[in-house]
Amino acid sequence: MKSSRFLLPFALVVILLIPAVVKSPYLLHMLILSMLWVVLGQSWNLLGGFTGQISYGHAAFFGVGAYTTGIIVKLGYSPKVAWSGLLFGGLAAALIAALIGWICFRLRGPYFSLSVLALAEVLRIVAINFKALTNGAEGILYLPAFNGKAYYYYIVLALVTVNFLVIRSVMRSKLGFYFLAIREDQDAAESLGINPTRYKLTSLLISAFFTGAGGAFYMNYLGFIDPGIVFSIPDISVMMILVTMLGGAATFWGPAVGAVLYILCSEFLRVWLPSGHLIFFGILIIAIIIFFPNGIVGSLNDLKARKKRRLAADAAAATPTAPSVAA
Amino acid sequence: MSPQVAGQIELLGQVLISGILLGGLYALIGLGMSLIMGVMKIINLAHGELMMVAMYITFWAFTLWKVDPYVSLLIVLPLMFLLGVGIQKYLLAPVMDANTVLPQNQVLLTVGLGLVLSNLALLLFTANYRSVPVSYASKTIYWDIKMGGQTISLSFSFPFLVAFGIAMVLGALLFLFLGKTDTGRAIRATAQDKRAAALMGVDTKKITMITFGLGTALVGAAGALLDPVYYLYPQIGGPFTNKAFVITVLGGMGNIPGAILGGLVLGLAESLGSVYISLGYKEAFGFVIFVAVLIFMPKGLLGKGRA
Repeated sequence: MKSSRFLLPFALVVILLIPAVVKSPYLLHMLILSMLWVVLGQSWNLLGGFTGQISYGHAAFFGVGAYTTGIIVKLGYSPKVAWSGLLFGGLAAALIAALIGWICFRLRGPYFSLSVLALAEVLRIVAINFKALTNGAEGILYLPAFNGKAYYYYIVLALVTVNFLVIRSVMRSKLGFYFLAIREDQDAAESLGINPTRYKLTSLLISAFFTGAGGAFYMNYLGFIDPGIVFSIPDISVMMILVTMLGGAATFWGPAVGAVLYILCSEFLRVWLPSGHLIFFGILIIAIIIFFPNGIVGSLNDLKARKKRRLAADAAAATPTAPSVAA
Repeated sequence: MSPQVAGQIELLGQVLISGILLGGLYALIGLGMSLIMGVMKIINLAHGELMMVAMYITFWAFTLWKVDPYVSLLIVLPLMFLLGVGIQKYLLAPVMDANTVLPQNQVLLTVGLGLVLSNLALLLFTANYRSVPVSYASKTIYWDIKMGGQTISLSFSFPFLVAFGIAMVLGALLFLFLGKTDTGRAIRATAQDKRAAALMGVDTKKITMITFGLGTALVGAAGALLDPVYYLYPQIGGPFTNKAFVITVLGGMGNIPGAILGGLVLGLAESLGSVYISLGYKEAFGFVIFVAVLIFMPKGLLGKGRA
């Protein structure tokens, strides 16, 4: 593991220097979007991958974060103040999540998955109809605070880093082991004194907070919100699942790999198959589930584990023959 | 009785009628979902998209060959049954025992399937709203009631009435099938306890295939019946998938009579809500009831579902 000790600081320096070297706004835009999707994928992964609670409606939290930011501007504050949406949007999303989690996590079965899906739909309907606050279907439009991609690059880099560190430290603490235990066997976890409702809720709150913060970043970056996009089931909720599954659910680096591939794919498809890109992603989801259920990082880990086992088996097979040769 | 009061009663009666008639169609959608959920213990998130497929089959049969939507049920039911069997056999069954960290693999697969179906329709048929212009689309039957010196006139939309009737007949046939035939009993046995059923010699793989086929055929029938009274477009499936699981939770998961009750309750709620509260929030009323049921009676209105 010596190589990774040098690789990580080196990679960090490269990542920090990118905006100084890369001047193409298009390329920076791609990098910013990728990092946003890493945040979304990682957040979904904490709840879905590590805690085993599948959400089909994370767009609800994404949209709440985005709308919180938009509403801050609509209330008359400057777009610079709207950056506080990263905090308030996250908190608003966590609040909604707390309500839905409190209702659903007491029950077993697919209730949570279903409720959160319905929640995203209802919030979309509310956003379209509650014109006084949301401008309805028109959406909210304003001029973003910064002029130049580098600012956004560093902000989303900070967000993705904080998100990664929080999730990793959670997963390395007791809390993380509770999450895994609940995913593997809720009854066994409960019999060991873990309160499943409480810890599923904890996982959901962290996940929703960062998804909301991601939504707030999206709004601050684009300066435009459309209820049909931020609350979209196929474009947000399902793609968060795709990003996680493509890279590898329940792995630390999976969502990052998935997000970069997802952004690359959607850019290619935007050019080559403009009206059918979702067909491709639909087929991709089906193909991953059938052929690579553990995603890219997960499959690599499996491969590594198998290789290790084979080496161990070879070594074990080699030892008993050695004395016989000597004898 | 003053004319104002009579007018209010007329409005209420009209709202209740359209709610119940709509509820009959919802019941058919919910029956399909409930059947699948009962046997396979999964939610089918492509349910609405499968309905959309049936709606397009009916639409093209009418447009190309002038087949009446009700007659086209004879084509739609077997086609959708085969589609369902195929999906179960070639897509869902193989991932049943896959070794993965993520639970609900099959449900995720139905998400992908729904995405493919709705966007394929978008690519093939464009996003245009279409309708099936049958001659009886706006035909109505009136029923006048004399009450306290005033006449209350209630109207029944003919295609809705027919759709309701066919939905109820299909529901009754499903009951007979599940209750009286060997295959039906095998389906119920598999829903109760898959392993025990297999030990008793039930071919649970085949039963699961038949169940998914039946569920698909039922929601397909709902699609064909909706065509004369609704419009169709490629993304119509999503909202109906939501309705399907609201109905299923209302009735109690996997509970067949409950699904019919749930369908009627949702139909009434939407109808009452859109007239007396707000039309814009029509799609949200189901969710409000859904949450209330989750909090107060998670086993469903009949209290018999799995919680």
